[in-house]
Amino acid sequence: MNNLVILPVIIPIIAGLLMVIFRKNIGFHRWAGILALFSLLLVSLLLIFQIDSSGIQTLQAGGWKAPYGISFAADMFAALLLLCTSVVALLCFLYAFRTIGREREEHYFYPLFLFLIAGVNGSFLTGDLFHLFVCFEVMLIASYVLISLGGTRVQLRESLKYILVNVVSSSLFLVAVAYLYALTGTLNLAHLSVVVAEIGQDGLMTTVALLFLLVFSIKAALFLFFWLPESYSAPPAVVAAVFAALLTKVGIYTIFRMFTLIFYHEPQITHQLIGVLGAVTMVLGACGAAAFSDMKKILTYNVIVGAGFVIAGLASFTVDGMTGSVFYLVHDILVKALIFLLGGAIIRLTGTSKLNEMSGLIRNHPYLGWLFFTAALALAGIPPLSGFLGKIFITKGAFQSEYYWLGAVGLASSLMVLYSLMKVFMNVFWGETTMSKGMEKGSIKGLMFPISGLTVLSVLLGIGAEVILPYIRLAAETLLAPSLYIEAVLGLGD
Amino acid sequence: METLMSLLVGLFFTIGTYLILSKNLLRIILGTSIITHGVHLLILTMGGLKNGGPPLLGESFAAFTDSLPQALILTSIVINFAVTALFLVLSYRAYKALGTVDVEQLREVDNE
Repeated sequence: MNNLVILPVIIPIIAGLLMVIFRKNIGFHRWAGILALFSLLLVSLLLIFQIDSSGIQTLQAGGWKAPYGISFAADMFAALLLLCTSVVALLCFLYAFRTIGREREEHYFYPLFLFLIAGVNGSFLTGDLFHLFVCFEVMLIASYVLISLGGTRVQLRESLKYILVNVVSSSLFLVAVAYLYALTGTLNLAHLSVVVAEIGQDGLMTTVALLFLLVFSIKAALFLFFWLPESYSAPPAVVAAVFAALLTKVGIYTIFRMFTLIFYHEPQITHQLIGVLGAVTMVLGACGAAAFSDMKKILTYNVIVGAGFVIAGLASFTVDGMTGSVFYLVHDILVKALIFLLGGAIIRLTGTSKLNEMSGLIRNHPYLGWLFFTAALALAGIPPLSGFLGKIFITKGAFQSEYYWLGAVGLASSLMVLYSLMKVFMNVFWGETTMSKGMEKGSIKGLMFPISGLTVLSVLLGIGAEVILPYIRLAAETLLAPSLYIEAVLGLGD
Repeated sequence: METLMSLLVGLFFTIGTYLILSKNLLRIILGTSIITHGVHLLILTMGGLKNGGPPLLGESFAAFTDSLPQALILTSIVINFAVTALFLVLSYRAYKALGTVDVEQLREVDNE
């Protein structure tokens, strides 16, 4: 029992509720938000050290013994994602000060932002399938409002589609939960793992597993990403950055959790399918990123490629592949947020997202240009930046389990990612300077701090990989040994 | 009884899917609502229909009904209620801003 485990969910909710009470006081919103997100950062660091020294931390809500109550469990994988979430959330929060505008601030932007973070953290920490659904809904309802907040015509249209897709997939989620409950009679993840291992993963159980895969694929933009490019282009840059960095990652996290803890008995069906989905996602995402000449579209398609890449490591189901996936997931959260914030800054300067309408920004904004260049290289996986190691391990894992095609597709899609981002870089920053300082649509003053912060973190993650790798490896090994999770949640006596 | 319930759930899903595939936004929203109700019935059926007494201390039945599905449904109803309300408000706002509830015409709204 460790009460620290619940704090990442409670802190943002309490801060958000206080903000709703003092709705007129924007200064209070900002400070309370910074304070809440900073304490999240500290809590997740503390959790990482505790998990490192004494194993998986758990909490049984209300003292109800698992599997009867709702369990929370923080293993290294969840804690690392918590840390990334709080870092990205804090920096995006700072970015929002300058960009989001008075109107949105007064209409509960900051509380909604914190509720979204609470939902994300809850999904990482919960050890109960139905509670996972509830956390998903907390996150989604906040995202419904964030995506439509501001009420421009495009936002309204896209939010309608976004809500429809998510409501339908949430219904399917519940259907899958109902089937699984009928088959096993429990909803606690650790207990599910025990029961499924006992009664065996037969055809019916595998079908339910595939239904879960379908639901989470919609959320994670894995193959079923048809809704993503349009939806993520509509809201303001900072909202798109948080969505791209965190929302799809929650879907990926749950796929990892379900298919390493519960449905790991039939890898030749489920994990092979996951590998195929990952490969198709990478190919289609890379095609989209290479084809469009609109910066928002290119960036959103890169989100899709990233999802496919992380999943490829899961498909390989080896320690190396998993290590790569966890490392790449951490890297992807930071760099996706970074590249969307950079895109937002560029659009703010030029007032357009069409590549052929901008050129030569490097003369007036050299710093912005080189940061974009660094971020693009990190995303494509050029050493010594952070994407490189993740890609190495994922490819190694894919080769080890003889998915040669999967490794090849991953490497080819990295090239396409590099091409698409260099296309943006060359169009936006090179060429004749057509815009003088006076013609700029908006100022990027004050935006450089969060952007530089994320860049530094990405570079450090690449260079300082030696320091971080033991934690990542621990996360991967824990994922591949479900008995650790089960023992921690259910207790050794059971 | 379980068979009958399963058929009913199927009927709910059919109607919901039909409504979601229509062009009117209002029908689509009602469709999602009906599908969710179908899901609630499914959870109830999957948890096992009434096959014992109420699960209360002090009652002396040989078998007790599983109360967990009802707790799940209660939570889900609340969430569905909130989402449907938000969805309706948003569609009203979209109708005022875009001037249509036909999804075919929504598609043609310019990207400005």
